[in-house]
Amino acid sequence: MSVLAQTIVGGILLGGLYALIGIGLTIVFGVMRVINFAHGEFLMVSMYLTYLLFTLWGVDPFLSLFITMPVFFLFGMFIQRFFISPVLKAPEMNQILLTVGIGLILANLIQLLFSADYRQVKTSYSDAVVGVSGISVSLPYSGAFVVAILITVALYFFLMRTDTGKAIRATAQDRDAAALMGADVGRISMITFGIGTAAAAAAGTLLTPVYYLFPTVGGPFTLKSFVVVVLGGMGSILGAIFGGLTLGIAESLGAVYVSTGYQDAIGFLIFLLILILKPSGLFGKSRV
Amino acid sequence: MKTLSNLRSNFVYAVVGTGAILAFVPFVLSSSYLLQVLIIVLLFVTLGVSWNLLGGYSGQLSLGHAVFFGIGAYGVALLSKPLGQSPWLGLLAGAVLSLPLAAFVGYVCFRLRGPYFTLATIALAEVIRLVVLNSVDLTGGAKGVTVRPLFKGVDKAPWYLLALGLAVFVVLVTYLITRSKLGYYLVAIREDEDAAEAVGVDATGYKMVALAISAFFTSVAGGFFASYLSFIEPDMVLSVERSVEICLLAIIGGLGTILGPVVGALILGLAGEWFRTNLGQAHLLTYGVLLVAVIMFMPEGIVGTMKKAGQVIGKRLSEERRRVTA
Repeated sequence: MSVLAQTIVGGILLGGLYALIGIGLTIVFGVMRVINFAHGEFLMVSMYLTYLLFTLWGVDPFLSLFITMPVFFLFGMFIQRFFISPVLKAPEMNQILLTVGIGLILANLIQLLFSADYRQVKTSYSDAVVGVSGISVSLPYSGAFVVAILITVALYFFLMRTDTGKAIRATAQDRDAAALMGADVGRISMITFGIGTAAAAAAGTLLTPVYYLFPTVGGPFTLKSFVVVVLGGMGSILGAIFGGLTLGIAESLGAVYVSTGYQDAIGFLIFLLILILKPSGLFGKSRV
Repeated sequence: MKTLSNLRSNFVYAVVGTGAILAFVPFVLSSSYLLQVLIIVLLFVTLGVSWNLLGGYSGQLSLGHAVFFGIGAYGVALLSKPLGQSPWLGLLAGAVLSLPLAAFVGYVCFRLRGPYFTLATIALAEVIRLVVLNSVDLTGGAKGVTVRPLFKGVDKAPWYLLALGLAVFVVLVTYLITRSKLGYYLVAIREDEDAAEAVGVDATGYKMVALAISAFFTSVAGGFFASYLSFIEPDMVLSVERSVEICLLAIIGGLGTILGPVVGALILGLAGEWFRTNLGQAHLLTYGVLLVAVIMFMPEGIVGTMKKAGQVIGKRLSEERRRVTA
């Protein structure tokens, strides 16, 4: 019984991170209807930046959040402004391919700079475990979970209470109407993409103490973020949270009770099932 | 029959003629290395033209085509032995198996549109890759499996000629399709699937046909590839990178054109080889840069843009002519 509880707790912790990654993807889709196939690569580059900060200057990953998030916010705005924005009027296929291309460039640039060797960031707490009523819980994962929740809550308040946040939601609901009401849709798109990228970057930084780094680590995360978003519904933050937790728990259960080799496949199978049965997701409102 | 009269067109003569000329290459080229590069280019042509039938003409962006490449590859790898030690039969078996696989992929994915379709193809391809990777007893898993060569000996000429024949054949088949009713149905589906359905075009049915043809030739190419290299493992033939590479051929050259993937194959084949020798593993960087550049500046692809430019020039010239004679 405690194995089951252990597995579920592990799944929830992982799920928090998946939720954070998914939120980044879903707000970008909600506002710009762009499906960013490079989302996982942003996460990956952030991991490498965190690695650099740790190896060169001993900055703890949790602290480097204060660096990676703003840096990637700006990077996201840059990408949106110069690459995505010109292509927004083109057919969807082009946008997909563009982001695939950006992802390829990022992954291979990192490989050129850092080689394909697996790297690791070993902090003092990387392997630390905490015992909570018979269940041993990984400390860095717990920390990551807490931070992910904090960021998610902060983002939620930002979107609900601030003017910019409301402008973002308005643009997501109806781009033209928002423009007519005076929202600077171009700027909103830039900010939204920046937030999405920053969320992916935050997740990357938080994963660094517990995950191996290699240039192609981003790919599976891109796909997983899609699973999260499709589960919860494109454009829905609550959906992303739900989707993230679901995926985390499903993967965790799958790894323990089925096989670790098929761990990733579980997410994809859920993904395909949802796409076939309820493509708008469990909370989503947008059309397929 | 309409098909036979189409065979007498200029395009067909040009393609067959080019093919005949190219057939002499291995006998005048002394560099075995260059011949090997050309074989890969020709393989790319087959892959690109096959993919384009579904991607360019039917408008369904599949990023999971590696799954067909892979079944062809593993077909020749695993089925040659039970079929009398013949890699040719193994290749054929793999190609035939691609058809039910295509039916399955189509069944799962064709109910989805646009980016959801693409995502589904990626997800399905990844699941299959993981299955192959984990079925170690059956497929050798990550250790890979050796493959019998189609042609014994070191001479690359027969490989080249086979690849050339395959490429020419696929180009001709695509050409015939574009001139047939099927071709028009596919374009209609691409442009507006709902409208096509409204006028009675069975969208799912024809998409399946396009997918089946595309899958078949992709898997033949996969079988060739496996036998040519005499060793395969899942990441070589079933990876997302492979799928992206295949799709890139048509994108760069021009979706929805017949010669587009040929141009794309030339560029990616030759440039890819140059970068592979100079940049090692990160040669995929060129793929990314090319993809971004093409999408941003030449979304119609090279051939597509040239076609458009040609149309614009042609229009201008006829306007001039009209002005002069008036």
